[in-house]
Amino acid sequence: MAPGPGGVYREAMSWMETARDWRPTVHALAGLAAGALTTAVLGGLLLGWLAAGWSLIDGPTGAWELAWFYVVVVLAGPVLALWAVKGLGSLQRARLRAVLGVEIASPPGAGGGQPLLWPLRAWRAPATWRQLGYHLLAMTGGTAGGLLVAGFWSAPLLAVAYLASSQSAGLGLAVLGATLLAAAMVWAAPRAARSVAGTDEAAAQALLGPSRSEQLALRVESLARSRAEVVAATDAERRRIERDLHDGAQRRLVSLAMQLGMARASLGDDVPASLRQVIEQAHDEATEALAELRQLVRGLHPAVLDDRGLDAALSGIAANAPLPVRLRVDAGARCAPAIEAVAYFVVSEALTNVAKHAGASRAEVTVERAGDRLRVVVADDGRGGATLEGAAAAANGGGGTGLRGLAQRAAAVDGTLTVDSPPGGPTRITVELPCGS
Amino acid sequence: MRVVIAEDSVLLQAGLTKLLGDGGFEVVAAVGDAESLLRAVDEHRPDVAVVDVRMPPTHTDEGIRAALVIASQHPEVAVLVLSQYVEERYATDLLSERTSAVGYLLKDRVAHVADFLDALRRVAAGGTALDPEVVAQLLVRRRTDPLDRLTPRELQVLQLMAEGRSNNGITEALRVSPSAVEKYVSSIFSKLDLAPTDIDHRRVLAVLKFLGT
Repeated sequence: MAPGPGGVYREAMSWMETARDWRPTVHALAGLAAGALTTAVLGGLLLGWLAAGWSLIDGPTGAWELAWFYVVVVLAGPVLALWAVKGLGSLQRARLRAVLGVEIASPPGAGGGQPLLWPLRAWRAPATWRQLGYHLLAMTGGTAGGLLVAGFWSAPLLAVAYLASSQSAGLGLAVLGATLLAAAMVWAAPRAARSVAGTDEAAAQALLGPSRSEQLALRVESLARSRAEVVAATDAERRRIERDLHDGAQRRLVSLAMQLGMARASLGDDVPASLRQVIEQAHDEATEALAELRQLVRGLHPAVLDDRGLDAALSGIAANAPLPVRLRVDAGARCAPAIEAVAYFVVSEALTNVAKHAGASRAEVTVERAGDRLRVVVADDGRGGATLEGAAAAANGGGGTGLRGLAQRAAAVDGTLTVDSPPGGPTRITVELPCGS
Repeated sequence: MRVVIAEDSVLLQAGLTKLLGDGGFEVVAAVGDAESLLRAVDEHRPDVAVVDVRMPPTHTDEGIRAALVIASQHPEVAVLVLSQYVEERYATDLLSERTSAVGYLLKDRVAHVADFLDALRRVAAGGTALDPEVVAQLLVRRRTDPLDRLTPRELQVLQLMAEGRSNNGITEALRVSPSAVEKYVSSIFSKLDLAPTDIDHRRVLAVLKFLGT
């Protein structure tokens, strides 16, 4: 349906809008240049390599040095081609970024392993072949698209050149035809540029960047890194709090208790009973506060854990538990500090849970190293029924929230926590951690 | 008796100096780190050194290492290590260097002035003073079952023996008769297959050796 006068105006305006966005056109023209460069580089490499290979098979002629040259070219060809594929890939990504503002991440490198085998790994990497596929598209489709857009925009020039060179016969009809055709092509040019740029962008997104699985791998890598950082930061924070309390509040309390102790010791017989009672009570409370604070801080991150390791640190919490605890540690070589900190925390919290909820008469802590795994078992002879889930468990013996927290702590370093706690007991909490060293 | 104090907190250093001064000790030097401690011991040859564990520069086990040096270089100087935490591992280190004239106590114990001064005198006189908490830590590592055959009272007596107390000290701590203590002690020694001995620090050693196996 032919547009009315208003429709023509709107059509013209929308064309202006589209045409004013020059970026697809520039992108298509730059794609033409990039396609030409790609053709020159990859085609040149392929021709050179084939020629050298053929010369070797056919028997080199001329100076003997030439044979060496051919061998070098044949061997270096695949490596140079790799560089070319990667370099052209970066160039194309830069073109997309600069003109269209489209950010495409580099595909993962073929790092890790024997450095000399890098070309082999790189040629086996799907990312290399996807990039090469894009380059082949750029050589064909990219070049064709660029030519198309360039042709559309230069239609008026072409029409004028055609008319100028054509002979007089039927000029009127030719002028009309050429003008109409040129106008139609100019009208179509921005749209053609947009679809060329859009197709190119889609191809680049699919082929130049990391694939879905590679993206996931990168994401997992960065998540693992940030999680390790969080774990390390937590440890550092615990150490800092321990040090601050040691150097601050605990010292003051020791001093206070000492002063009160001296006051208590120097009370004469003539002191009123009420004053004596106040001083004695203050002294008792100060020493109790000191003991409580010490217990609390001991559970955080004792200095001896860094200094002498898990084995040395565990006896402190085992001895402080309000029920008899037997401790067996056979850890061998030390694990990574973060792992030791988690193992220490697990034992500390598990024993607190046992004391609070299990109604146990004794507990046993076993730490052993099996290969690169550290296994920590906290067992008690209490009433059982502990689970990871639910407040019901907390009421009923296990301490649900405590165990849930421990499981999270273990999971944060790729460890596992299992609870075996039938109703009626006994309870056995097993934590396995990767040693990480 | 002449004392050298090593404690990096000015507050506690002053407190200890006053406490020991009032208790009849002569504080000949009070220093803030391990190096100065070793110099002060070389210079003053005190009867006893009271040493904090966490001191500059690394604030880990400087005091323990300094105490080990004193124990090996100055056999005549008694060493009492004080700390806000006691560690069975540090106690083992200390006891492997020397089994008499050595002590290792929580700083909390300073608050009980008379007991603390007793412990210091005991150490200065060649005895031992191990914190009950250290003994408890050694007990959690027991690998042998004979301990399970001890009655709760005997276990208590064993802990007091390991802390370095004499029969008199145990009598006072438990408020029982001297003959009852003697009975407990001989029962413990026979249950644990230890040779009975009257000398207090040898007795401590026997008990600790037993706990360590």
